[in-house]
Amino acid sequence: MERKPYWNPYVAGVGLGLTMLLSFVVLGTGLGASGAIARGAASVAHAVDPVALESNAYMGGWFADGSPLAYYLVFMAVGVLVGGFVSAAAAGRVQLSVERGPRIGATGRIAFALAGGLLAGFASRMAGGCTSGLALSGMSAWIPGGWVFLIAMFAVGFAVAPLVRKEWTA
Amino acid sequence: MTFFEAGSLATPAAFVAAALIGLAFGFWLERAGFGSSRKLAGIFYLRDFAVVQVMFTAVVTALVGLFVLQSAGIATPTSLFTLDTTLGPQILGGAIFGAGFVLAGWCPGTALVGAASGKLDAVAFLLAAGVGSLGYASIYGKLADFNTVGACGAITLPEVLGVPIGVLTAAVLAVALVMFAVIARIERARSTEVSA
Repeated sequence: MERKPYWNPYVAGVGLGLTMLLSFVVLGTGLGASGAIARGAASVAHAVDPVALESNAYMGGWFADGSPLAYYLVFMAVGVLVGGFVSAAAAGRVQLSVERGPRIGATGRIAFALAGGLLAGFASRMAGGCTSGLALSGMSAWIPGGWVFLIAMFAVGFAVAPLVRKEWTA
Repeated sequence: MTFFEAGSLATPAAFVAAALIGLAFGFWLERAGFGSSRKLAGIFYLRDFAVVQVMFTAVVTALVGLFVLQSAGIATPTSLFTLDTTLGPQILGGAIFGAGFVLAGWCPGTALVGAASGKLDAVAFLLAAGVGSLGYASIYGKLADFNTVGACGAITLPEVLGVPIGVLTAAVLAVALVMFAVIARIERARSTEVSA
């Protein structure tokens, strides 16, 4: 199937903003993604070492009422997976691949994705959210923490970018 | 009344609502092109401005919408969960997150969309982000002092600045429009370079 172009960023932005508004009005909270990843990881780790997880100062509380997966953001993440797949499939964009610039191999690119994931996972727990739950949702509800998170994120992102230029550009 | 206000966010009805909202969230992220790490990383080389265009359009849309709904009395401040602001961990967290974002080309929400469209680098990112989250949990006890640095509680910018919400909304809208105009100018200049 032919790959269709992405939509205009301003159209997608309005769609995303209205989705955020719907979340504010229906749930009373914004959108989120990193919380579901942390809870998924906690659930897997719990299968290996239940005592360590249940006694953990940060994640222990998630097991108080049963599974850490019984949480609205986990269901939202499942929705994101399905919605993302439907959109990608309809546009002919579903394809197994490792996305990378022309100057890096697939193995190197996966290594960078792993390193970035470690940092982003750690950092989103420290900050209490990620680009979705803290930056996008927080900024939309006038939370100062969302704005400072975004500023710090872009400042360091732009500072680090020249060091990993070969990962992305020709 | 919102699920948060009713204290019913942990009920099956809220889970269904969250899943449906997630469907729309994932759809719009993918339509924007955020199932592509190269496109996302493009912002850090000023090669592709979609991240800034989409994010700020979304924030302005939500801010204006929330202002209208609150003015009409449809949304009330108590209906909405107010995230705590803790400047220390949110600034350091944002800084570490920024490094992770440019290394990986993904953030958590976009990586879900990338994984759903078959990107193996997104799957790697998600697995590592899970490990990173566990890593944070394992040293959480040692961070007790740091985690209260700059603690401000549940505050909002209109309160802190003492500026009416309508004025602030208009100001952010104006800044966003200027930013979009600059981006349009850069993109126009580039397209003439290519065709010349």
